[in-house]
Amino acid sequence: MVAKNYMYRLFGRSPVKPLQEHMGKVLVCVEELIPFIDAIVREDEQTAAKIQKSISKYEKEADKLKKDLRLHLPSGMMLPVPRTDLLEILRIQDQIANKAKDIAGIMVGRNMKFPERLAPLFVDYLRRCVDAAVQANKTVNELDELVETGFRGSEVELVKSMISKLDAIESDTDKLQIKIRATLFKIEKDLPPVEVMFLYKIIEWTGDLADQAQRVGSRLHIMLAK
Amino acid sequence: MIAEYGTVFIILAIIFGLFMAWGIGANDVANAMATSVGSKALTIKQAVIIAAIFEFAGALLAGGQVTKTIRKGMVDSDLLASTPELLVFGMLASLLAAGLWLLIASFYGWPVSTTHSIVGAIVGFAAVGIGFEAVHWAKVGSIAMSWVVSPLLAGTIAFLLFNSVQKLILNTSDPLANAKKYVPYYMFLVGFIIALVTLFKGLKHVGLEMSAMENYIIAMLLGLVVMFIGKAKIKRIKFDPSEDKDFHFTNVEKIFAVLMMITACAMAFAHGSNDVANAVGPVAAVVGVVESGGEVAQKSAMPIWILLLGGVGIVVGLAMYGHRVIATVGSGITALTPSRGFAATLAASITVVLASGTGLPISTTHTLVGAVLGVGLARGIGALNLGVVRTVFLSWVVTLPAGAILAIIIFYILKGVFG
Repeated sequence: MVAKNYMYRLFGRSPVKPLQEHMGKVLVCVEELIPFIDAIVREDEQTAAKIQKSISKYEKEADKLKKDLRLHLPSGMMLPVPRTDLLEILRIQDQIANKAKDIAGIMVGRNMKFPERLAPLFVDYLRRCVDAAVQANKTVNELDELVETGFRGSEVELVKSMISKLDAIESDTDKLQIKIRATLFKIEKDLPPVEVMFLYKIIEWTGDLADQAQRVGSRLHIMLAK
Repeated sequence: MIAEYGTVFIILAIIFGLFMAWGIGANDVANAMATSVGSKALTIKQAVIIAAIFEFAGALLAGGQVTKTIRKGMVDSDLLASTPELLVFGMLASLLAAGLWLLIASFYGWPVSTTHSIVGAIVGFAAVGIGFEAVHWAKVGSIAMSWVVSPLLAGTIAFLLFNSVQKLILNTSDPLANAKKYVPYYMFLVGFIIALVTLFKGLKHVGLEMSAMENYIIAMLLGLVVMFIGKAKIKRIKFDPSEDKDFHFTNVEKIFAVLMMITACAMAFAHGSNDVANAVGPVAAVVGVVESGGEVAQKSAMPIWILLLGGVGIVVGLAMYGHRVIATVGSGITALTPSRGFAATLAASITVVLASGTGLPISTTHTLVGAVLGVGLARGIGALNLGVVRTVFLSWVVTLPAGAILAIIIFYILKGVFG
């Protein structure tokens, strides 16, 4: 009798907190890449394999949060933001974790190493890409404040400036990517071709981390415009 | 007939009326208090105490008009001048029918309004048991209209209230300072409006007659009293800037929590003023007929003890069962902060008190649902289940005939037993 009370049923579970939790988990997963790459650079295979396992574990946890949220967001819910936008942000966030898992997975699986000239550049590049994910997480964390203010006023300005910063970080990573590709291009003829192919792949995927983080911001921007 | 069974009729009416009021206290009050408890501005205990005091006060001070409508607004008593017992049977049947229907509905968890049950029952027995022309269709029509208008009105007021809160407080560069500045004015508004409507419409039966000017002055004074109590409470809040780290509006919401507390009182008052009439209106009709010795079209004022009876029934229901429902409903609502809860609750209370003053029996819960949706439309609430709105509409369609059919059956049974 009580559980069926309809004032009770009127209020659904807000999707904002679960979305933020998901992004938080994605960030934990992505941040693990930094010690992972450090281990790869020092050729500490054991540690790298261990971290790869935990990245994969975090990715699975994020996946579970994603599925939970999707199930709890049935149509027929009146939300402060369009349901499609929320689901899209969730999907993009999830792709960030997927990319992190792929990077770690393939590097361990193929026992990849960085050429000496490439390693310091790559570490810088990765850190900047992770920065983008950190900034995306910060921005997503403003969503509850946005709901509180009803998507108006000074809070909107704050979030817009955070999105601009995210864009700036992403553009940094683009520049770093050009530099690192140029460096690899110079030394590629001295390396095993298949290895080079996969290094390019890893560079591309790492860049994807920042790209997807930026897309989270863009989608939020669209929400603000509505 | 009336003289012979008079006492039996009155006792039956009191039992059925108490049963209805008890049911309202056990179940319906929880709906009225849901937004207050759900926004965590009140503890369960505070909510129960506020509900008990203000439901009772609302029933007693502002419940007269709606009771009058239920008692004699919908049925043409002139047609019953020669057969007053039919009115007694009908009112008893309506009470029992509405009570039974509510019992069945809450067993299955259907969203049923006490108001709709009792109105459906009275119209049912009058149209079938007495005659189609015995129903004041114009009055019934305006009641039905008010069921559509009240959620819409509450939704609009809630939308505007919440927009004003956003403009004045939330969307400014210093929400905390602005909250301290403007929230007391909202408190004044709560006190002023509720007092004004009550003074203008409700207090005649208590024996108070005042001029319009006096009403305004007293309402202003009451508004100011509420405002100063609120201001004093806000002064005592301890603000902790470190709590704003994760969610920047924690301290602002503390101020709204005080406002919410005041608004909760208004809501309980409004609920008492409207819904108690459903339980005691028919009792008043029966008592009126019996005490005047079969005179149907009595002009005498309604005895105050009948409103008291309704108030007592609600409080007992609340104490026995309602507090548990309040606890469950309150803990289940997570997506509501005091700033939204306040906008929705105040909008609903204003609408309900207005309806009470006009003598229109409306559903408090449906009005509150409308108000909550109004805040939702202003993009203020995390998630609202629109499926519930559909069930609310469905309950209108089902409850009216259900109440009517049950009332007709019981009416003929009573007629057979006593007649």
